[in-house]
Amino acid sequence: MKDRLFKISLIATCALVLLIMGGIIYTLAKGALPTFEEYGLGFITSSDWNPNPNNEHYGALPFIAGTLITSTLALLLCIPLSFPIAIFTGYYFKGTKVASIISDIVDMLAGVPSIVYGLWGFYTLRPIIVDLGLSQQGFGIFTASIILTIMIIPYATSLSSEFIKMVPNDLKEAAFAMGSTKLEVIQKVIFPSASSGIIASYILAMGRALGETMAVTMLIGNVNLIPTSLFSSGNTMASVIANQFGEADGIKLSSLIAIGLLLFFITVVINTIGRLIMKKLKV
Amino acid sequence: MGNTINNNNIALHIEDLSIAYTKDKYAVKGINADIYKNTITAIMGPSGCGKSTLLRAINRMHELYPEIKVTGNILMKDQNIFKINAMEVRQKIGMVFQRPNPFPSMSIYENVLAGYSLNGIKLKKEEKDRIVQEVLEDVGLWEEVKDTLHKKRTALSGGQQQRLCIARSIAMKPDILLLDEPTSALDPISTSKIEELLMKLKDKFTIVIVTHNMSQAARISEYSMFMYLGDLIEYDLTKKMFTNPNDKRTEQYLTGKFG
Amino acid sequence: MNKMKYRRYKDKAFLYLMFLITIIAITPLASIIFELVAKGFNQLNISFFTEVAPTTLDSMLAKSTGNPVKGGIANGIVGTLQIVGIASLMAIPLGVFVGIYLAENSNKKFSTLVSFSTDLLAGIPSIVYGIIAYAWIVIKITDGYSGFAGSVALSIMMLPLVIRSTEESIKMIPASLKEASLALGTSYRKTILRVILPSAMSGLFTGILLSISRVIGETAPLILTALGSQVINLDITKPTSAIPLLIWEFYNDPYLINMIWSSSLFLMLLVLIFNISAKQISKRWAIQ
Ligand SMILES: Nc1ncnc2c1ncn2[C@@H]1O[C@H](COP(=O)(O)OP(=O)(O)OP(=O)(O)O)[C@@H](O)[C@H]1O
Ligand SMILES: [Mg+2]
Repeated sequence: MKDRLFKISLIATCALVLLIMGGIIYTLAKGALPTFEEYGLGFITSSDWNPNPNNEHYGALPFIAGTLITSTLALLLCIPLSFPIAIFTGYYFKGTKVASIISDIVDMLAGVPSIVYGLWGFYTLRPIIVDLGLSQQGFGIFTASIILTIMIIPYATSLSSEFIKMVPNDLKEAAFAMGSTKLEVIQKVIFPSASSGIIASYILAMGRALGETMAVTMLIGNVNLIPTSLFSSGNTMASVIANQFGEADGIKLSSLIAIGLLLFFITVVINTIGRLIMKKLKV
Repeated sequence: MGNTINNNNIALHIEDLSIAYTKDKYAVKGINADIYKNTITAIMGPSGCGKSTLLRAINRMHELYPEIKVTGNILMKDQNIFKINAMEVRQKIGMVFQRPNPFPSMSIYENVLAGYSLNGIKLKKEEKDRIVQEVLEDVGLWEEVKDTLHKKRTALSGGQQQRLCIARSIAMKPDILLLDEPTSALDPISTSKIEELLMKLKDKFTIVIVTHNMSQAARISEYSMFMYLGDLIEYDLTKKMFTNPNDKRTEQYLTGKFG
Repeated sequence: MNKMKYRRYKDKAFLYLMFLITIIAITPLASIIFELVAKGFNQLNISFFTEVAPTTLDSMLAKSTGNPVKGGIANGIVGTLQIVGIASLMAIPLGVFVGIYLAENSNKKFSTLVSFSTDLLAGIPSIVYGIIAYAWIVIKITDGYSGFAGSVALSIMMLPLVIRSTEESIKMIPASLKEASLALGTSYRKTILRVILPSAMSGLFTGILLSISRVIGETAPLILTALGSQVINLDITKPTSAIPLLIWEFYNDPYLINMIWSSSLFLMLLVLIFNISAKQISKRWAIQ
């Protein structure tokens, strides 16, 4: 009897997870509906975000562009920075104290709250950008991308180092036996056999970057225009929601929720691609 | 004959028992046998012949895995064990596994009483103490562990762990004790301790033991079964089987020609 | 011979280059910690923990009379404990149950679906959870911003981690343990709750602590839900403060800006405590 009840409650909690997932999609879709009724797909392709009551109009393109540009930049910058760490923990110092210290440090990097990254970006990184003469105020796409890069390094590193670790020892030994150097082993053995796992790691890291909010909000400049250069200000989907949600109602609120829906879809697609690649590797 | 057991000496009446892990691939094929009370019955046979499969059917372990199909009957005191509550059956038929598996989250004391506490049977403190001491003395573990009874995660040797698992089973006072190669993971000294223990315990319980070790079977059992490819080839008094087997395959196995 | 030398130099050069980049990649962390400690440490005093955050007005007055600005983040600390505590109360039992089901029924279609949803939940940006909790709780239930709405947002964020760590650690338990328990005539429920779960405790605990450390610094979903409060508020249906919310407020208020460092330092410490204890638990118990 109690066993039955227990098994039923296990299933019920699982059903609740499905319900939450379904509820999220439903809630976002329902909230976004007025916007899509008003603007149709033009909402996605329009770059005009104008809350001014006289000619109120909402288009999401500036934010979609902002999100994609910053995340892609972060991804590109993250690759050369995280690869060495992954190589150290997964190959050079595999299983040693050094590796565990490095990965502890990387874990700490992952634990820093987004808002603290934002503060550091504002007070330390931004002045450096200004001093370098890259931009007047130091805000903008570039600064936001740098902070995103730092924030996603831990994810990219710890995931890809797992795949580097998984490269079988006998393969490496075979290469060493032929007189290869460590670099050559990396190039000829590790890279070919771990590459799709490493790529999946970067894709998943990018999935993180897409939704980062606070640090980006504090550094991107918060201008509702499509960025024209690396150093121009902009806004991402997440940051425009954080900035404008509180005071929004009516069609503006609906448009912000619609942006949330789009953000949801983009992250789901990116994450699913990353996970599919990983799943294939495990079989 | 019918479905009743006439003989008072019979602990288990196995009738046409077949077990398949995957469809139509039988690991145990239509076995009939009576297990006698207060004896030790050894099940022997080459690896993969279905010994464990047969043993596990007796306390309905196969039900954990819905894909496994069990047909036939097993009667215990006129009751078909497949027709009564599985938990009740398992309380009356204890099982000891090949690898010692004490509960890591419990102390020795709690392990011995696990059958009671997990079944929600409340006992008085004195009664618990009495059972624990009695059972641990039975398995010859009392002197070795009486000072660390309540410590969690005490390091026990493999043999000690296995004796603790036997203690855990017999604390429930089952009618029948099933053991699946209980000594195969142990050193010779631990093995002989467990053998002595089983010989002592057969006064209280009916014991069925799967073993790979022929001399073990010869040392401790009254009856022996020889299985081959899922069939019960021969079932007889151990003395008879070891000296004068009926089937050629039994003879070949016992003389080390295969297995 | 020369070629060999060249290859070896190249190998060395590559190693040094990698080393250099690694140092560069972890410099920000050193810089962040240095900045927080240097600017925030001497602001950590008793009143930091016992007094609520000053208002802009207090601070203006204090500044104009040349007095130091008084105040702490007591309202934020209490709020964070409350919001994260309630989120844990919801996420942990739910996540553990789902994890049990997934571990026990890994090849059912239903499990695949639940497992896929769990992966999806793990990937959704936190700001989206803010929107969801706003729509579900702020609008529908508490009729206004509330700490409870914040808890709901954070608890959905915690769920995937709790589910996965429960599932993984139960799968690590050998089947023999479950069989041993059932062989004693134990019910399925007792076997899972009294034998399997206690044996999986270390992995479970690690997962729970990590999930808490992940949400304790979350700001974005709380801006949309808990909003913030000037006073210590114990009513979960009312707007509630939290440490990250206070940092956000301080950051946006020129009169309070000097309090961001101590608050951030404290928040970092909290996250670290959860993180390190999670690691210690998994290390210490893994030996067994
Ligand atoms: N879980 C399982 N799934 C599918 N087939 C199984 C399973 N367990 C056992 N079998 C098959 O059933 C047959 C009998 O196995 P069983 O474990 O009963 O043999 P055994 O006599 O106990 O062997 P051993 O002496 O090696 O323990 C074997 O052919 C085996 O391959
Ligand atoms: Mg076997």
